[in-house]
Amino acid sequence: MGLFKKIIDAIRGGAREVGESIVDANGIRIFEQEVKDAEAHLLQAKKDLTEVMAKEMQTGRKVEDLNRNVIKHENYARQALEKSDETLALEVAEKISEFQSEITVQTKALDSFSAHAKRLKGMIKKTEKSLSDMKRQLVMVKTTDSVQKATQTISDNYASSGSKLLSAKDSLDRIQKRQEDLEDRLTAGEELQGEWSGSALDDKLREAGIGETASNANDILARLKKQAS
Amino acid sequence: MVDVAKLGSQLIEKGQEGIDGFIFDIQSIPGEIEVLKVSIEGREELPIFLSNASTEILCISYLFKENEILESANDNMHSAMITMNIPMPLSSFGKIRDQYVIFGALSTTSTLDDIVHEIITLSDNTLEAIKTMREYLK
Repeated sequence: MGLFKKIIDAIRGGAREVGESIVDANGIRIFEQEVKDAEAHLLQAKKDLTEVMAKEMQTGRKVEDLNRNVIKHENYARQALEKSDETLALEVAEKISEFQSEITVQTKALDSFSAHAKRLKGMIKKTEKSLSDMKRQLVMVKTTDSVQKATQTISDNYASSGSKLLSAKDSLDRIQKRQEDLEDRLTAGEELQGEWSGSALDDKLREAGIGETASNANDILARLKKQAS
Repeated sequence: MVDVAKLGSQLIEKGQEGIDGFIFDIQSIPGEIEVLKVSIEGREELPIFLSNASTEILCISYLFKENEILESANDNMHSAMITMNIPMPLSSFGKIRDQYVIFGALSTTSTLDDIVHEIITLSDNTLEAIKTMREYLK
């Protein structure tokens, strides 16, 4: 069964009653067991891979040794021929033939070990990937469960404190109303600030004849006349 | 693995300072997986729930329940949600039983500032999402 399907089933299979977990505890246990199985599977595959790779290396070395022996014995055979010792040369040639058939056998084994190692590596990679997916999904399901439980606790608190859980629209309306109120208050504050610190106050003071009053032409003329006399 | 209790007290400090004009309070909800409830001042009706999911930090905000949706609008709303999922910064839509949610996931290596940024963005997105989905609601 696919992972996504499993999660949907785990969630759907969950209880319908209020206060009960949305996630089927049994579903989680099965899921956890599958994770454990996959982990054990992975461990075994890694052990197998180590063995196969060791055999691959051993066989590789054997093939190399055999090849070296072939070259060595070919030299022996040539030397025997140089000494015109056909019998000895034939004997060496037989040995070479033995080496060569052994090489064929060992090369076949080597190919099979290499292919096996490659398969195991691929399988390990795949298992590791799906294991980390499974773990992630398991955590997601558990978190969902936990958040659901947490939300339930909060809902219960709301209920016992007499306050009612609001609909999304009501919540939004209340938040927006509060934001508008705040903005209104800020705007009102700015206006007040303007009135009290700015020109409005100066005007009022001037009207009342307090503070700096602008000199008019008559005042200036009167002062000049006074100085002249 | 993030120490949720420690994160909670760090967030309380940040919340009192006020980030970008947002003041928030943290309430810890113990359980199998510890959950923090983040209430942003002025937006208390739509809190953010933060929990540690071992590979990631999950932030969830509850939008509305199935029974708040106009029956005739169901398909259109779902279509609008998956269309919005891509361009919406940081958050995605989801569903927990009959409850529609909006959520964001953060790396467990995120800095405190990243987490605060996520919380505020998620809160903004929650308001924005309800405003957008309003026409589909009863």
